[in-house]
Amino acid sequence: MDKQPMPSPDIATGRLTQLELNHNFSDAHPPLTHEQALVEAERCFYCYDAPCIEACPTSIDIPRFIRAIATGNMQGSARTILDSNILGGSCARVCPTEILCEQKCVHNTLEEGRPVRIGQLQRHATDWQMEHGGQPFRRQPETGRRVAIVGAGPAGLACAHRLAMYGHDVVLYDRHAKAGGLNEYGVAAYKLSDDFAQKEVDFLLAIGGISVVGGKTLGVDFSVGELKSDYDAVFLSIGLTGVRQLELEGEALDGVQDAVSFIETLRSMPKTDVPVGRRVVVIGGGNTAVDAAVQARRLGAEEVTLVYRRGAENMSATAVEREWAQTNGVTVRLWASPVAIVQEEGALAGVEFARGSLNESGKPVYDADDRFFIPADMVLKAVGQIFCHDPISGEEIAIENGRIMVDADYRTSMKGVYAGGDCTPGEDLTVAAVRDGRDAAEAINAALSSAA
Amino acid sequence: MADLTTVFAGIRSPNPFWLASAPPTDKEYNVRRAFEAGWGGVVWKTLGEDPPVVNVSSRYGSLDFNGARMIGLNNIELISDRPLATNIAEIKAVKRDYPDRAVIVSLMVPCEEDKWKAILPIVEETGADGIELNFGCPHGMSERNMGAAVGQVPEYVEMVTRWCKQNTRMPVIVKLTPNITNILMPARAAKRGGADAVSLINTIQSVIGVDLDQMAPMPVVGGLGTHGGYCGPAVKPIALRMIGEIARDPEMAGMPISGIGGIGSWRDAAEFLAMGSTTLQVCTAAMHYGFRIVEDMADGLSAWMDQKGYSSIDDVSGRALKQFVPWNQLNMKFKTIANIDQDACVSCGLCHIACEDTSHQAIAKTRVDGERHYEVIEEECVGCNLCAHVCPVDGCITMEPQPVEGHLTWPEHPNNPHRVMA
Repeated sequence: MDKQPMPSPDIATGRLTQLELNHNFSDAHPPLTHEQALVEAERCFYCYDAPCIEACPTSIDIPRFIRAIATGNMQGSARTILDSNILGGSCARVCPTEILCEQKCVHNTLEEGRPVRIGQLQRHATDWQMEHGGQPFRRQPETGRRVAIVGAGPAGLACAHRLAMYGHDVVLYDRHAKAGGLNEYGVAAYKLSDDFAQKEVDFLLAIGGISVVGGKTLGVDFSVGELKSDYDAVFLSIGLTGVRQLELEGEALDGVQDAVSFIETLRSMPKTDVPVGRRVVVIGGGNTAVDAAVQARRLGAEEVTLVYRRGAENMSATAVEREWAQTNGVTVRLWASPVAIVQEEGALAGVEFARGSLNESGKPVYDADDRFFIPADMVLKAVGQIFCHDPISGEEIAIENGRIMVDADYRTSMKGVYAGGDCTPGEDLTVAAVRDGRDAAEAINAALSSAA
Repeated sequence: MADLTTVFAGIRSPNPFWLASAPPTDKEYNVRRAFEAGWGGVVWKTLGEDPPVVNVSSRYGSLDFNGARMIGLNNIELISDRPLATNIAEIKAVKRDYPDRAVIVSLMVPCEEDKWKAILPIVEETGADGIELNFGCPHGMSERNMGAAVGQVPEYVEMVTRWCKQNTRMPVIVKLTPNITNILMPARAAKRGGADAVSLINTIQSVIGVDLDQMAPMPVVGGLGTHGGYCGPAVKPIALRMIGEIARDPEMAGMPISGIGGIGSWRDAAEFLAMGSTTLQVCTAAMHYGFRIVEDMADGLSAWMDQKGYSSIDDVSGRALKQFVPWNQLNMKFKTIANIDQDACVSCGLCHIACEDTSHQAIAKTRVDGERHYEVIEEECVGCNLCAHVCPVDGCITMEPQPVEGHLTWPEHPNNPHRVMA
């Protein structure tokens, strides 16, 4: 193709045709056919006291739901999953099962690397339910109690559903127009293709008793204090809205962007309208970095380099994610720390990195004199998301290690206010957020019931 | 190389693997293919009187288990539905072209001497090596007072066998039905009638399953179902028992047995031989995978015999019979205890829950350094073998025989009120 030399940075939309984009952003791991699911289900030993259950943050009774698939009890299978995890459909797609349930599958001992494909089976069952059975749970008689939930991501949705089941009325606030949180705005599109996040939200809300109020931001449009006076309880699942900066000169240049916002743009717009650089450098070693790098490639970036300051074993992205990036044509460079964003005539030209290694005491050190340069039209920063305290800064809510402090019942230091998900301490996983939301709902329900 | 040649009631075949009387042996076309594939013999699908019977459409039902297809098969098919003359001509042609293979003709005509007298010379003229009397078909034909209706009455078995022996020079094999309380009764009757051999088991009366949408037993024929004859891997244990009973019966001594019932591999074959068979008849496995399965059957049997130092089929035949005893002869002092190879254990917990819920609470579930750990409580273990059976890892749980002190059978046991006093 003939192309005029473009002034740097070369950032453009429509690098690929609609057809190519459709293909690139379709289901990354297509579902099992029913026959495949049966074969896979038969592999499960139906372990007693199964290690996979323990490895699941939501403690899904995995052998039971798999056995139900094998016997053809699809409804029972899905219910077993959804009873523990109402977002079982998205967890089946986004969970790093290789470090959760599937890592603990006893098949790994017999045939390394061939665990039962629990995630895929979970998807099989939950897909069946959403397609054939709809919302499997019914509300208990209405209690007249009202709970406000801030943040309609996985934690908030799980909490809302469980509270609605108990007959409470829930108002679910979110700063975005749509509910879903990271499932809608933060996860790679091919992991939740075909608008799955919204389909799941619709499926979940079908229980009734939950109203979603979008486009309302805590700390701007309302405060925790106001919610407290209007509702019987409040659950905060406001996630991590801050992003770490590189603290380098030039971060404000055109083409330098947070990976989080890049992904959010990509999730919110037709793919043909999403600008991407010809050469992209992604800085970071987590799932966000991988999601940004692979999606940049799939949007048509020619060269994508993911640069992480330490070794592969230190990356928070799993080995499976890393390989996914590599098989998608992303170059992964390790032991390199960004030292300068390089400009040419005021425009982004690339990033300079210092090579690093472990010193004798096991600490990473970087040699300022041993540098290399990677030219880039676009730099995506994925060096960590942080809790943004601003929306609750005026409240009596204690913070611990940069996140909202909660007790075992998800209670914050402010009476009647609960919190869970990424805004509280613990692992930042969708499935952990679901557990938080579900268990907080149990605690809220217990408190509301005893107060009655 | 072990010699697989068999001589069964005077009938020679290059190996003991025969195709049983069933759809695979219904036509010349099939039988030629079978012989090309290496089968040692066939029992031609049962011939009857003209006009031929009529079969229904929708004939077989399958029992599938945990993803495995056809561990059991039932059928509601009748005997050959082709004219007698067609079958006779084809049998003759096949036998002429494969003189080294055993060609047996299965027969079933009404219980009248004239009917048997009439058909025997026709069959004899084909050059067939022998006949097998179908006293086993448990469906369709039994309602017409043939098949199992004969096999269930020892007097009829004896009578018809005798008619055949008196009216043909061919060896007579009597095929026995398992749908009977004591298999020795018809077997001994066959012997009294002069049978040269017995073959068993024919199929077992069965309803293979129920179609829960049509609410009808399977296979469903236009909305209705009927009982059928059950065969395939799942019936093997029943066959082995009945064969063993006959083979060890002093009254049946010297009677050759053709073993039938779920044989699908060389290992099955070896077990049937060990329990007293000298030839083996196969149907379901061939219907599942085609005639080629005989290759590994013959090859595997031969290799196993070589490893064990058995040079001929006769070396193997009946080898396990001395060890097949009535319960009363078992040594009650024998004790075996489960042992878990902790290095092989994958911590699935199946041994524990099986023992805990349904046996003797002899496998403790603990945690060692946070890891699941299952351990046999030897004092509680009765050596039932259940844990070893449910363990999904080969060789992980072994049953370890303990030193035996003395010998004590139930007839001598102090708890036995009828014990034999010394």
